[in-house]
Amino acid sequence: MEIGPILRAMTRNKLGVVLIALQIAFTMTVMINAIFIINERNRLMARPSGMEEANLFHVSSIGFGDDFNEQIVTADDLAMIRQLPGVINASETNAIPVSSSGSSTGVRLVNDESQPSVGTAIYRSDEHILDTMNLELIAGENFTATDMRYRSESGATLAEKTIITRALAENLFPDVAINDVVGETLFMPGGTSIQITGIVERLQAPWPTSSLIERSMIVPEQFLDGNSLYLVRTEPGERDRVMSEIEELLIAQNDSRVLRGLSSLTETRADTYRLDSAMSSVLWVIIITLVFITCMGIVGLAVFGINRRRKQIGTRRALGATRFEILRHFMLENFLITSVGVVVGAALTIGFSIVLTTNFDMPAMAWYYTPLGMLSLLLIGQLAVLGPSRGAARIEPAMATRSV
Amino acid sequence: MLLYYLRLSALSYKRNPILSTLMVLAVAIGVGAYMVIYTLNYTMGGNPIPHKSSQLFHVQLDTGDPNLENDPPEQLTYLDATALIAASPAFRQTASSKFVAVVEPSNPELLPMITNNRGVFGDFFPMFDVPFLYGRGWDRDADDNLEQVVVLSRDMNERLYGGRDSVGENLIMDGLVYQVIGVLDDWTPVPKFYDVNNGPFDASEDIYTPWNHIVDKEFSRQGNTNCWKAIDGSGLQAFLNSECVWIQYWVELRDRNEEQAYMDFLNSYSAEQKNLGRFERPLNNGLFDVEEWMIEQEVLPDETRILSALAAMLLAVCLLNTIGLLLSKFLGKSGEIGVRQALGAHKGSLFIQHVIEAGFIGLIGGILGLGVAGLGLEGVKYLLGQDLLVTDWIQLNLPVAITTIVLAITATIIAGLYPIWRACNINPAIHLKTQ
Repeated sequence: MEIGPILRAMTRNKLGVVLIALQIAFTMTVMINAIFIINERNRLMARPSGMEEANLFHVSSIGFGDDFNEQIVTADDLAMIRQLPGVINASETNAIPVSSSGSSTGVRLVNDESQPSVGTAIYRSDEHILDTMNLELIAGENFTATDMRYRSESGATLAEKTIITRALAENLFPDVAINDVVGETLFMPGGTSIQITGIVERLQAPWPTSSLIERSMIVPEQFLDGNSLYLVRTEPGERDRVMSEIEELLIAQNDSRVLRGLSSLTETRADTYRLDSAMSSVLWVIIITLVFITCMGIVGLAVFGINRRRKQIGTRRALGATRFEILRHFMLENFLITSVGVVVGAALTIGFSIVLTTNFDMPAMAWYYTPLGMLSLLLIGQLAVLGPSRGAARIEPAMATRSV
Repeated sequence: MLLYYLRLSALSYKRNPILSTLMVLAVAIGVGAYMVIYTLNYTMGGNPIPHKSSQLFHVQLDTGDPNLENDPPEQLTYLDATALIAASPAFRQTASSKFVAVVEPSNPELLPMITNNRGVFGDFFPMFDVPFLYGRGWDRDADDNLEQVVVLSRDMNERLYGGRDSVGENLIMDGLVYQVIGVLDDWTPVPKFYDVNNGPFDASEDIYTPWNHIVDKEFSRQGNTNCWKAIDGSGLQAFLNSECVWIQYWVELRDRNEEQAYMDFLNSYSAEQKNLGRFERPLNNGLFDVEEWMIEQEVLPDETRILSALAAMLLAVCLLNTIGLLLSKFLGKSGEIGVRQALGAHKGSLFIQHVIEAGFIGLIGGILGLGVAGLGLEGVKYLLGQDLLVTDWIQLNLPVAITTIVLAITATIIAGLYPIWRACNINPAIHLKTQ
């Protein structure tokens, strides 16, 4: 192989080599880090909420006027919704996973406010919520209608029972088998006690960026503050039809209220993760643009280099070099330049990734990103230079005899 | 001479259209992409009230949990906000919080609507230079006497009264009668600096009313509420006496002396409260001016900062590309340069000629880059969705457009310096021989 002559030829055009190598290095830095960010966002977006999201929608009802009795209106509304054709179940709840808006609280194993508490999301809902969200109950039992408590003033929780997620149970009782957690007592802020009567496999907290995302508790309680949030699960395929009718049906039940925020869970999820999916799209555009520009640069400089050396190529051909050897020469030349680029690129990639990890609350990049990135850029370089190299290989030996 | 060089540049472009177009595209894409990200940063991280941002201060009192060593709470408790208002030692001050209410329009054709509202003190309007279309705000007496007055946003006035001067009209809000005393002109600071705790890029509120009504009329409070300590008892009064924070508090202090005096006031207030058994943590009160507060609260999303770095690298790649392509182009016309030099052209004039040629490519690239930036911003708006307020503000304006073109031209000329230097230093004899 003609590595020696290629290296000597490269020293004649140092700037060209440096330019391409630097382009490759920057392209690799951006590409690999961007792909890592995209994968990371996709991983966050793919975490399941625990609910059967595809068939859920929600709507808020806000009553006004002095004779608006929220407790009665809610009960009537839910009874009406549950008997609608196509509806499986419906609940009133203070918050919904994935929606970014909800309540949190701190629970303790002992009734002592000076002890640290464990943070958790709290859903105030009813005995239908497990079926409405289609949660998987792995231990204990569901609430019953008699467990429901109603209150109109803020303050301590009145409910006496709670269903918690497996993650919260494991956090509170790391050494206890999951079935034995049922029956344990927790202390809420203010010192009221509450008994764990059930455990669900999964129910996300409402805030996707929260560190307590998997910790949630459900209590059978409605806070009568004039604002009721209904969550409805329909038969597959019936969601959009029920959604289109629900507002009229609710207003027909009682018109001293305003409805708002009618939205399917699918739309709510898209809204919550809008910035993440926008970021992914922008990053893809940047990656594709960069690879395109770098390929153009490689092609441009290769064509330029080949045109300058047409006579030498002709001479080599006249002296017996095959077309394949000419092709190999330019492929190899590109391979050497790109190799320099990806080595510099590897250093830049890792450096930039460290900057991201230290400044932006991002996890560290897995080790295999960098070598895979190096390989893919070597491949991209080879593909880009294939066209010009084949052009070079077609130069006739007779070129050696022509002047210009 | 300039015209002649420009004509030469155009000729040179035409002689080598593919190479030239590649260069123009590289510049356009690099500069365009960079300007998209720049505009995002400039819009989302800009100073929303530049002429007095250094005189407006967000007040922070450290009422946090003594068992933790976290940052002080961002907002104030009811106890503290009312105490600070009662003393009112600053030039201007306002507590502010969000609430929602149902408005029943007097026009029978309109359905009742939910409105997003803000309770503020009368000082809010002059402090933040809020522009009025009709009428005016209210004074301290109105605050103290719980006068039932409201100021409408321009949009709300449009919806309720078709945009006419509605001052003097009665408005039914949660069943209570309020009098309209003012209508705002368009006012949507980006970021919404006076309430970054509840969405720094959210829209402004629909209706403003004296803050005391939120508690007095028990409106439905909205916005971030944090309680580190359990509420003692139940009911509104227990909540008001609790350590729950939910109130933003701003003061206007005109100079260093006022700033110092106010800080002293806060610290002596803290000392008093310590004696009463509150404020159990070491003294750590804060006064942040608008820009400091937005940095402290990390208003600018991480995403735009990461994208800035990536866009800068994209621009660098495009310029490296341009250097390579310019080198090919200039060395490719060595023959022509040789002829010009032989006919007596100075190196200086050759240099200027090629700077102009590079600048010419930069100019076309910049104009095209404006198009790229415009398209890119439309794309970003589409991705972010129309419901986000900030999308209305993401747009190319004249300064950004000029920056784009200037950046494109300068960057191309800088990228061209080495190729130009090489082109001016060729040996004419060699190239003349081959002609």
